[in-house]
Amino acid sequence: MRYLPLTPTDRAEMLATIGVGTIDDLFSDVPEAARRAALFDLPLHAGELEVERELAGLAAMNRPAGAGPFFCGAGAYRHHVPATVDHIIQRSEFLTSYTPYQPEIAQGTLQVLFEFQTQVAALTGLDVANASMYDGSTACAEAVMMSQRVTRRKKAVLSGGLHPHYAATTQTIAHAEGMDIVRQAAAIDAEAAVLDAIDAETACVVVQTPNVFGVVTDVTKIAEAAHAAGALLIVVTTEAVSYGLLKSPGEMGADIAVAEGQSIGNGLNFGGPYVGLFACREKLVRQMPGRLCGETVDAEGRRGFVLTLSTREQHIRREKATSNICTNSGLCALAFTIHLSLLGERGLRELAALNHSKARELRDALAAVPGVEVLTSRFFNEFAIRLKGDAASVVETMLADGVVGGVPFSRLDPHAGMDDVLLVTATETTTSEHIQAFASALAGRTA
Amino acid sequence: MTMQNVGRPTRPQAASQSGHTSLTGGRGLLQDEALIFELGGWDKTGVDLASADHDASDLGDLVRAAPIGLPGLSEPEAMRHYVRLSQKNHAIDLALYPLGSCTMKHNPRLNEKVARLAGFGDLHPMAPQSTVQGALALMDRLAHWLKTLTGMPAIALSPKAGAHGELCGLLAIRAAHEANGQGHRRTVLVPTSAHGTNPATAAFVGYSVVEIAQTDDGRVDIVDLAAKLSPDVAAIMVTNPNTCGLFERDVIEIGRLTHEAGAYFYCDGANFNAIVGRVRPGDLGVDAMHINLHKTFSTPHGGGGPGAGPVVLSAALAPFAPAPWVVAGEGGFKLVEETIEEAAQGFGRMSAFHGQMGMFVRAYAYMLSHGADGLRQVAEDAVLNANYVKAKLSPVMTAAFPDGPCMHEALFDDAWLEGTDITTLDFAKAMIDEGFHPMTMYFPLVVHGAMLIEPTETEPKQELDRFCEALTALALAAKGGDVDRFKGAPYLAPLRRLDETQAARKPRLTWRPEDKSVSPAPLAAE
Repeated sequence: MRYLPLTPTDRAEMLATIGVGTIDDLFSDVPEAARRAALFDLPLHAGELEVERELAGLAAMNRPAGAGPFFCGAGAYRHHVPATVDHIIQRSEFLTSYTPYQPEIAQGTLQVLFEFQTQVAALTGLDVANASMYDGSTACAEAVMMSQRVTRRKKAVLSGGLHPHYAATTQTIAHAEGMDIVRQAAAIDAEAAVLDAIDAETACVVVQTPNVFGVVTDVTKIAEAAHAAGALLIVVTTEAVSYGLLKSPGEMGADIAVAEGQSIGNGLNFGGPYVGLFACREKLVRQMPGRLCGETVDAEGRRGFVLTLSTREQHIRREKATSNICTNSGLCALAFTIHLSLLGERGLRELAALNHSKARELRDALAAVPGVEVLTSRFFNEFAIRLKGDAASVVETMLADGVVGGVPFSRLDPHAGMDDVLLVTATETTTSEHIQAFASALAGRTA
Repeated sequence: MTMQNVGRPTRPQAASQSGHTSLTGGRGLLQDEALIFELGGWDKTGVDLASADHDASDLGDLVRAAPIGLPGLSEPEAMRHYVRLSQKNHAIDLALYPLGSCTMKHNPRLNEKVARLAGFGDLHPMAPQSTVQGALALMDRLAHWLKTLTGMPAIALSPKAGAHGELCGLLAIRAAHEANGQGHRRTVLVPTSAHGTNPATAAFVGYSVVEIAQTDDGRVDIVDLAAKLSPDVAAIMVTNPNTCGLFERDVIEIGRLTHEAGAYFYCDGANFNAIVGRVRPGDLGVDAMHINLHKTFSTPHGGGGPGAGPVVLSAALAPFAPAPWVVAGEGGFKLVEETIEEAAQGFGRMSAFHGQMGMFVRAYAYMLSHGADGLRQVAEDAVLNANYVKAKLSPVMTAAFPDGPCMHEALFDDAWLEGTDITTLDFAKAMIDEGFHPMTMYFPLVVHGAMLIEPTETEPKQELDRFCEALTALALAAKGGDVDRFKGAPYLAPLRRLDETQAARKPRLTWRPEDKSVSPAPLAAE
């Protein structure tokens, strides 16, 4: 076995040093009824070639996003990731390091996290950010629970424009913690409806922009209403590249901003691992979930970084912790921060502008197809269209033309009565040829 | 899992003992590296993008006006920045990572290669299911392996880390109790030696936590357990092998008593690597157990994540599993994404999409590489290595539980340091100067000054010998009164001991422009 260094001679010598006769002696505490002498009914070990062959076979059964015209978004976005990013994250010292518990020999990871936190705070327009969460949806749930700790109230209002998976995750997790979740009905321009649901019991209002239908909203008025009622505004973003073009959540009055950071530096990976972004106002920092990296000095006065404010965390506080989280998304956060450092202010703005431009081109092309109604007027790189008929069926039949034409809304929320709604996305990877192929494939299928 | 320096922030004590210093503050080839905010240009970029054909005039005042504040680096600068930073990190590819209960084993690069195949890496989670059959097949096969290895009938793949898996397991337990008219049960029993995540998760789900005492030989006190198993108890959460590195000899009885009391048995599977291929948790009466794919199945945990924490479930809990899951049908595989229609009892959803697919691919490649025979060898070698370390170090350190074998990790206390004025923390920091990452310290809480060493099966005997020789030399130095070697340690790391107390007292969590003497003005809005 190529991953196991011990030889039979080693094993014999080591057993002798330990003072036992056989390996079974070391498992003597296992109750006899639970000892399994025979090998499990699974294949035996395989060489690298054979394993690679099997995995390549499974991979070949899939149609990668880059294989042709492709327009899916809805919380996961296909962007170009510079080769440098993947090279650096595969360096042994990053890939195979563990959580930076010993800061003297983990300054690489810690400085990266400090830079990451600063970048996320800048993007969201808020004061502080943590060292990342599992993904955007769990970050959303954690933000809702944090609002309960801050306000001592239990009611959370989720806008109908929130990604249905985010809403379901928040319902599952925050409800488990004892919160009352008011999930509003899915609607294209759902944001204003939250105003009616804010009352003196409200801990937080959760609004997504751009929302799941792609609608970009100025949430300033919602922030004002929430604050007037003593509630927090949580702004969710599933497409982090949009920060390069749109007003930041902090600028519009958000108290907490959470986002899916996959778009920057990370591939699609069939839904994970991704990287959740989490930022808030400084006064709320001690109620934040997740790991935080902070600046300090060493014994010689040199600048260094450590994990800090860990008295919020489970390994110190146990059942009184702010969250049970024990892991961040370190490697994905590293990819995010490398890509963002390469982009810089200029690159991110250009990338965001390019995405928006491609989406406008897509909108113009699809709006010209008979039977297509564009539902989203102000969008970033994603918008919703209404077809004449079931969107999922149309997507399925367009596969015959080699076009993956977006995400039917019914797949995210089958109970919304929006079976004719299709979510479509364009990014910098989308070409004019792809857009024309999409428009052609759609023509005649939605008349 | 995580636990370090519990409640003991470091603060430098001894005076600096630096010897030769350079004129610029550098240390040979180990470069001092500034932050990107001090290095980068506000108008510099390391990417070349096509220009946009359409402007954003349609968005009006929704467009960001103020500068963001992001510096950019050219590609060579970025490469150098991150490579320099990387050289300040310890990593399993450099040496042993003996973090008991957390640990890292070798990360095979084949796993990285196959996870990056376009058919996995460039696959959208919401692409039509007919175009992702290979991915669903892989999830189905991974599920089959995990169910077979654990002897459990069902699995929820979606939890994103061990603690997320614990949450999933407890939510399934709560849903089952509610469905059975037992929703009034409000207590979860947790041993004193448990990972911090266990009580944190139980509290999170609204349970009150009651601790179970531990016996003198480091196991769950079954008499205390029996006394506390009241009709109010919803579940017990027991780590097995436990955090003292010991197998719970009475585990079958623990399961029996738990079930007799109408409660469920949650097993923290962080230490499954010690028994994989030899023992099936399903044979021990377990109802739910998470599996840390990075720990048992070698997925990378670069700098603290990502994790992946699939949860295996007993038949009693299976109906309550969260969405999504894969089913095999005549027309191929289907991903069931909506709990509501397909299985009315599912408790909901743990996260967006379908789980940590990138980690599934790596873990599956690892399983195929080892096979049934290799995985059994994994557990045997992990346990052999830990017992070897215990045997080699016991002459100079005090094993917390000297009688009988340990499993995958060897636990020492600090009794042997008594009278030296050197603490577990000091000793650990001195290990850094000898080129080794410290072990887990001050955990589990049940052992004074705990030092928990987990070598894993991917360490060769020579490396273990080198490690044990270094620790023996340090132990002798400690007992010999060489206090400065420990109090001031580390001396030879990229940084000396860091002031964690100051970091927590006055948190500086982001770089601020005023931190830099020469701060370029952010790029004006265009």
